[in-house]
Amino acid sequence: MHAEPRVLAAIAAMAIATYLTRIAGLWLVRRVILRGRLRAALEAVPGAILAALVAPSAIATGTAESVAALLCVAIAARVPMMVAIVAGVATVATLRAAIGGGG
Amino acid sequence: MSDGERRRESTRRSEFAAGAVLVAPLVLSVLPFGLLLGTLAAQRGLSPLETFLMSASVFAGSAQFAVLGQWSTPVAIAAVGATALLVNLRHVLMAAALAPALGAWPRPGAYGAMFFLADEVWALALRRAVRDGLTPAFYLGLALPMWTAWVASTTLGNGVGAAIEDPTRYGLDFAFTAVFLVLLVGLWRGPRSLAPWVASALAAVAAEQWLPGAWYILAGALAGCVTAALAGASADDADAR
Repeated sequence: MHAEPRVLAAIAAMAIATYLTRIAGLWLVRRVILRGRLRAALEAVPGAILAALVAPSAIATGTAESVAALLCVAIAARVPMMVAIVAGVATVATLRAAIGGGG
Repeated sequence: MSDGERRRESTRRSEFAAGAVLVAPLVLSVLPFGLLLGTLAAQRGLSPLETFLMSASVFAGSAQFAVLGQWSTPVAIAAVGATALLVNLRHVLMAAALAPALGAWPRPGAYGAMFFLADEVWALALRRAVRDGLTPAFYLGLALPMWTAWVASTTLGNGVGAAIEDPTRYGLDFAFTAVFLVLLVGLWRGPRSLAPWVASALAAVAAEQWLPGAWYILAGALAGCVTAALAGASADDADAR
């Protein structure tokens, strides 16, 4: 059992940032009207973040990753989330073994 | 205890139980995600204690996946905080939607309750608020089982992950991408979702080539936000107050 000070600081930063986003709504709703383009921009943040996180790996890494990413997206809305994730991971593992590369 | 107090106590218990029953299926479905997150955390070098502390104090699955996806050694503290902040920005709107239901709560209780505002807890709390009104006991009945399941499964998963020697052989490094893609598909709100995502993906790929570290995440987020704002006002303005 160990915990490094630097890791603890990073966890504290995450916890504070997360809690701030969770109370900001209560605070803001009494002072600011969240609508129009401001609301549209705020609503777009989570999707934009996720798209940014996946893009380099899904588009620009290799064939195995791109094929598995396409498969994930294609089945994600139809099967339980965990099934789509396992299918993606299994596809990458299989394709890497078959065509090499990855990592 | 007077009769009145006893009645209130029994109401509190049945409210808590009603919340716990409602959240039970989601508690079960969060367990595999917790195990996966713990496994990936171990691969990034986090100890069981660190994983426990992160899940217990942050309690936000997608933010924790996102942060571990960019985790480096030594860890970039400011970048990690910024990523958590951005991924969780949706909570601002979620809490704002829930705020009217908390009007009768004591102020410290309402602010304390927001600590547990994970997506699942929020969705069930809002549903209850619309139908019957939301009591603190019911909210805790939703929140405490979810929190316990998340903390326990991530800590347990950390032990599993530490035992896997070559994660790329099993495609485990791709698990981040797979989780993000599945979460992204869940955010689909029709064709108007597409333009911000494409803008974000293109900006991220370009930025990843030219900029160091995790700046590509911020570049993508900004491109997506600006695109969404340029595309017009939110479709949910009707329920905005």
